[in-house]
Amino acid sequence: MKTKVAIIGAGIVGASIARVLSKYENLEVHLIEKEADVGWGVSKANTALIHGGYDDDPDKYPMRAKLCIRGNRLWHQWVKELEIPHIWNGALIVALKDEDFDELERLLERGQRNGVPEMRIIDREELFHLEPNVNPNALGALWVPIVGQIGPIPAVIAIVENAVANGVKVHLETEVRGIKVENGEVKGIETNNGFIEADIVINAAGLYADEISKMAGIDYFEIHPRKGEYWIFDEGIPGPNHVLFPTPTPISKGVVVTTEISGHLMIGPNAQDLPKDYKDDTSTTREGLEEVWRKAQEIWPNLPPRWKVIRTFAGLRPEPTGGDFIIKAEEEVQGFINVAGIRSPGLTSAPAIGYEVRDIIERDLGIKLKEKEKWNPYRKEITHFFMLQPTQINELVKKNPAYGRIVCRCNKVSEGDVLEAIERMKFIGVKTPSVDSVKFRTKATSGTCQGSFCKVVIINLLAREYGIPPWKVTLKGKGSEIGIGDVKVLLRGEAQ
Amino acid sequence: MNTLQYDVVVIGGGPAGLAAAVKAKEYGLNVLLLDENEYLGGILPQCIHPGFGIHYFREELTGPEFSHRFVQRVKDLKIDYFVKARVLEIKNYSDLEKIVAFTSPEGAFEVWAKAIIYATGARERHAFEIGIVGDRVAGIYTAGEAQTLMDIYGVMPGKEVVIVGSGDVGLIMARRFALEGAKVKAVIELMPYPGGLARNVMILRDFNIPLYLSHKVVEVRGKKRVEKVKVVKVDENLREIPGTEFWIECDTIIISAGLIPQVKLLTDIGVEIDPATGGPVVNDLLETTVPGIFVAGNSLLINDLVDYVAEQGELAAYGAKLFIENGGIPAEKWIKLEKGNNIRLAVPHYLSGKRDVYIYARVRKPMENVVLNFPEIDRKIRLPVVRPAEMLRIRLRKEEIAKARDKITMEVVQ
Ligand SMILES: Cc1cc2nc3c(=O)[nH]c(=O)nc-3n(C[C@H](O)[C@H](O)[C@H](O)COP(=O)(O)OP(=O)(O)OC[C@H]3O[C@@H](n4cnc5c(N)ncnc54)[C@H](O)[C@@H]3O)c2cc1C
Ligand SMILES: Cc1cc2nc3c(=O)[nH]c(=O)nc-3n(C[C@H](O)[C@H](O)[C@H](O)COP(=O)(O)OP(=O)(O)OC[C@H]3O[C@@H](n4cnc5c(N)ncnc54)[C@H](O)[C@@H]3O)c2cc1C
Repeated sequence: MKTKVAIIGAGIVGASIARVLSKYENLEVHLIEKEADVGWGVSKANTALIHGGYDDDPDKYPMRAKLCIRGNRLWHQWVKELEIPHIWNGALIVALKDEDFDELERLLERGQRNGVPEMRIIDREELFHLEPNVNPNALGALWVPIVGQIGPIPAVIAIVENAVANGVKVHLETEVRGIKVENGEVKGIETNNGFIEADIVINAAGLYADEISKMAGIDYFEIHPRKGEYWIFDEGIPGPNHVLFPTPTPISKGVVVTTEISGHLMIGPNAQDLPKDYKDDTSTTREGLEEVWRKAQEIWPNLPPRWKVIRTFAGLRPEPTGGDFIIKAEEEVQGFINVAGIRSPGLTSAPAIGYEVRDIIERDLGIKLKEKEKWNPYRKEITHFFMLQPTQINELVKKNPAYGRIVCRCNKVSEGDVLEAIERMKFIGVKTPSVDSVKFRTKATSGTCQGSFCKVVIINLLAREYGIPPWKVTLKGKGSEIGIGDVKVLLRGEAQ
Repeated sequence: MNTLQYDVVVIGGGPAGLAAAVKAKEYGLNVLLLDENEYLGGILPQCIHPGFGIHYFREELTGPEFSHRFVQRVKDLKIDYFVKARVLEIKNYSDLEKIVAFTSPEGAFEVWAKAIIYATGARERHAFEIGIVGDRVAGIYTAGEAQTLMDIYGVMPGKEVVIVGSGDVGLIMARRFALEGAKVKAVIELMPYPGGLARNVMILRDFNIPLYLSHKVVEVRGKKRVEKVKVVKVDENLREIPGTEFWIECDTIIISAGLIPQVKLLTDIGVEIDPATGGPVVNDLLETTVPGIFVAGNSLLINDLVDYVAEQGELAAYGAKLFIENGGIPAEKWIKLEKGNNIRLAVPHYLSGKRDVYIYARVRKPMENVVLNFPEIDRKIRLPVVRPAEMLRIRLRKEEIAKARDKITMEVVQ
């Protein structure tokens, strides 16, 4: 008989756990997510860095220190197997004052303790050779070549697609409201879509992991939201070649200046602690954005004019009591595993967290896992018109003319790309079509014009493929419908 | 690779491109017209209100009617065209050898052409560009996006609307929403005067819509959809006045905060751009700084009236014809048009004195009882009023222009 596993939360962490567990014959894995699509929680809005692993103090935060570097190494493999957009361009932690070198030395030492390879402190000359436009007063930097960047939501999507191909069942728009525990053992989870039986419940609910844990009667930690805000600028504005950090302070890694994987200059985040019940407040603020601007300027003085911005956004870090990741099988409730407080560097650590949870299942729950004979490690990325040569376009057009039609002008996304994205949405079980689901799979609507031309075209494609009227298509799930009805709905007095 | 060969490729099938294609064909040139939408007409098919063609056709048409007349001409003249065809790149090998690379449901093509007429229109500024912060939720649309939803696809975006910007597009959308039964709660304008033509400002009175001048929207809040927006008053220097903030509840925000000429394909090949217009620097045949590439309509400068857009398209076609016939634009010297007092922008930038020209210009700020003065050539025009919202269109004769040595200044004086 198979052991039933329910993973709560389809963020980068839940998805990575699902992928690792999908390797085993004797597990039946369910991935439960309250949103309309995967990766829309903390994993959506962050700096998208695969950190180097030098930052986390192994004495204070042993889990972070251990899993970050492991995660980094695993990502080098996962991005290839799963065709996740990425770039390994390395990071420079920039020193602006003489004292900063003391901190860089400390980081170097810590990195070496954590097993980070190839780090070294470089002088002014080498820094300017690597990064000619950094603040002219910079004195040197710590160079960490193994740092990289990925598309965080594309990563979640890729991992979930692969997990589904290997038998994982995804339950979207399914909110966990209770956990059934009998005689100290988990029995399953109560959701808005009914009861789901489970022998193992894994809590990977991001900001809400404390609330899920409470449902199982375990309440020794809390999660506080800590906001970080960002600016992204139009294409063509020169950004750095590497990921630039300021020398960190005890409270923060500081505002990063980077060219994100699509080629846009991005700056952020700041760090603003919010009250505990502000877990859905991802609004941007004037003050926060100003702070980011000021701090980014310290390492990158040539910021573009402000109107060159194409988007500002904010994300919330799930900060746990104690500061370290909480990853363990809870003894009071047999079968309940907390994977909570996965704050930064959670994106980096996620694959390693997947294996950590596997080990916990074997070691602490005493379940002997049997590997599947046929497990498919690979997943193909969808077609991206912007990566095609004209001859390839002509071949695709012969199969389906939709590949020749551009939908998103700014990012060169074809109708064929969008149709593939919609197919993939259906493959993992997306029931409510949204523009964001297409955006995260294709990059449509995320360029210079932010979708003012193509959003309507995408809405109509979604409406056609899902067989619903266009006004029922959403921006980001139920409650964010594009319209209130047909254009005469108010005149007929029908809209509520 | 599919290759084609034409005298002229017209990029963009809005009124500028349509007028250019028709005229070029009438001149006997072999023309290809390309547009990426599913239909020709540019933004006109979605502008279902009247107000088009008063100068060009001497009657008041709706957008679809205006565009239909040109599309009919395109068909009558059997002009080759592709829709759903997006131009991805222009390559300039030599003056009379250019390549336009495009993709369409028929495949990827390269077109060899002697001249190019670039008429790609404009894009709209969005909420992020004007510094609005808060939640990124449903219910925020640019005016053109809302117009396409309503008048091409028949979707009603929302029922309680705040419009950001009092330009023509914003005002017309205020009326569209009101006519379909929505409550337009406010039009918010940053400047101390409305941004649209007087005839469109009347809409606000007709539909009882409050206009807040010297105000700006700074923040949007809502969980899944817009619930309210924060508005603040600004002083004469456009600085926010603390303590004047207030919230308006609404479910829809329409951003109508200006248009930006789409010139990416031109800047990619080094065409010089005028920061004042956002469009290319051109001569009196609307030729850009790359010989043989002409530009018209909203990708040249933002026009209020489609009539002038069509006029520019026809001039560009004439330019292309001269260019092809002579292997270049013949001119002995170029006289620079300089911007003097209260002139924010003026096009074309260079005049030859061989041709009469229309100068299209905008002022920086409103003034009454003024003289539009061209000191170098002794030309004075009295005007009761000039406003930033209304583009000036002034005809200069070639004999006048030829009087100037190397520049002509255009200025507004009392
Ligand atoms: C500003 C910022 C910058 C960061 N930068 C980096 C970085 O550069 N590198 C790095 O490694 N890390 C970074 N991080 C950290 C990283 O983003 C997180 O650690 C990681 O995304 C957490 O993933 P998760 O899967 O645990 O959480 P989430 O992505 O939030 O996933 C949890 C999921 O659970 C779902 N859920 C919640 N409650 C329920 C319920 N009751 N029922 C069903 N589903 C539920 C949510 O909808 C969500 O989808 C950053 C974080 C922030 C905020
Ligand atoms: C809401 C609104 C109301 C208006 N009301 C009036 C009015 O009452 N009276 C009036 O006279 N004027 C009005 N106008 C102004 C008038 O419609 C415009 O000035 C005119 O449409 C501009 O024409 P254009 O050809 O330059 O651009 P557009 O009409 O924008 O056409 C450009 C075309 O180029 C295509 N294109 C762009 N890039 C490419 C590419 N790379 N490859 C292929 N194709 C491409 C686009 O798809 C588009 O079809 C209004 C405008 C708006 C938005």
